[in-house]
Amino acid sequence: MATEAHGSEAAAEGSSLVFHPMDQFMVEPLFGDGAVGMFTITNSALWMFIAILAIVGLMVVGTSRRAIVPTRSQSIAELAYGFVYKMIEDVTGKDGLVYFPYIMTLFMFIVSANFLGLIPMSFTTTSHFAVTVVLAMAVFLTVTILGFVKNGSKFLGLFWVSSAPLALRPILAIIELISYFVRPVSHSIRLAGNVMAGHAVIKVFAGFAAIAVISPVSILAITAMYGLEILVAFIQAYVFTILTCVYLKDALHPSH
Amino acid sequence: MASETHAAEAVSSCVDSHGSALGMPQLCGDWIGNQVFWLVITLVVIFLVLSRIALPRIASVLAERQGTITNDIAAAEDLKRKALEAEAAYEQALADARVQSQAIAQATRDEIKAELDVALAKADAEISAKAAESEKAIADIRASALENVEVVAKDTAEAIVAVLGGKADSAKIAAAVSNRLKG
Repeated sequence: MATEAHGSEAAAEGSSLVFHPMDQFMVEPLFGDGAVGMFTITNSALWMFIAILAIVGLMVVGTSRRAIVPTRSQSIAELAYGFVYKMIEDVTGKDGLVYFPYIMTLFMFIVSANFLGLIPMSFTTTSHFAVTVVLAMAVFLTVTILGFVKNGSKFLGLFWVSSAPLALRPILAIIELISYFVRPVSHSIRLAGNVMAGHAVIKVFAGFAAIAVISPVSILAITAMYGLEILVAFIQAYVFTILTCVYLKDALHPSH
Repeated sequence: MASETHAAEAVSSCVDSHGSALGMPQLCGDWIGNQVFWLVITLVVIFLVLSRIALPRIASVLAERQGTITNDIAAAEDLKRKALEAEAAYEQALADARVQSQAIAQATRDEIKAELDVALAKADAEISAKAAESEKAIADIRASALENVEVVAKDTAEAIVAVLGGKADSAKIAAAVSNRLKG
């Protein structure tokens, strides 16, 4: 309520200092201005399509020459391939490589959505919980089902810490169970929260730029934040992917 | 401004009349269905593109490159081995040539020495022949000189006898001179 009141009052007064840091996250229909239905093509959908185009451009068009000595785009595609491949190999193990295309899909979508979101006036799809929760729940459900399919009831050994004293085990089991179900929550909120916070902070600094005295500092701060956001864009994609690998490892090898 | 009037002005539950967000757009329930729908479509498309086209292609390119590198290294090792062999053959040829040249030099030296020996022997023989001849000539000269001495002595003796006023018997004088010369 407080933010609503503040935002609308500031707008109503028409003062030079107007903060709408959250407006950039609004989902709007691209054509017309009716309500957003299930199949409406929105700015969110548009930037998802652009993410698809970017991934196709890099991974398909960029590698179309199949050069032994790679071109720049092919080199980046191979780098992304090797990065995720090595991550699965190191974290999950050789038997996790079967799921390489799934994890690669997650990584490529998040990393391109994060970087596309850094283009001014663009829409950052990964700043929405609706998106990251779907990604995290997909990982959570896949990993849980996979754990039971691969290991049967032995998968429950994940919660029964056999190396701890017997008396502590039931308590640890409850803690492990809670932490297991908190995984998709932290997994999704970490990504969306980081991306959203950075973008909102940039918008707040941009609002301060309207005051002539502060504007040089403000623009410097925006530049610094932008640099930080470039880091965050990659690191959050990396963190999401490596956590997926860790969860997958738990499903394939549930023993501690 | 009261929140009731606010809600009445709003376009939807998430957007106010000024087109600004009400609260966190991330928590707006109106958009979730739309976002999830397009996200699922996007993920399926990306998955199909990656798993059908991009990943197998990159995998084959990487494998091909690995193969090429392995082949090139093998070829390089082969060439290196060949170079070493060629170097060894060269060294061998050089050593052979050195041995051969020494043999030729020795043979030449021997040949020259033999020729030289023959020439020396021939020269020695000639020199000794010449020396013997000379010695004979000297002996002849000495012998003829002694004869001359005898003749001169007889003539001188006859002349001296004639001057002293005697009638010289040349036979006797010759005998006497020969006697003296022998004695």
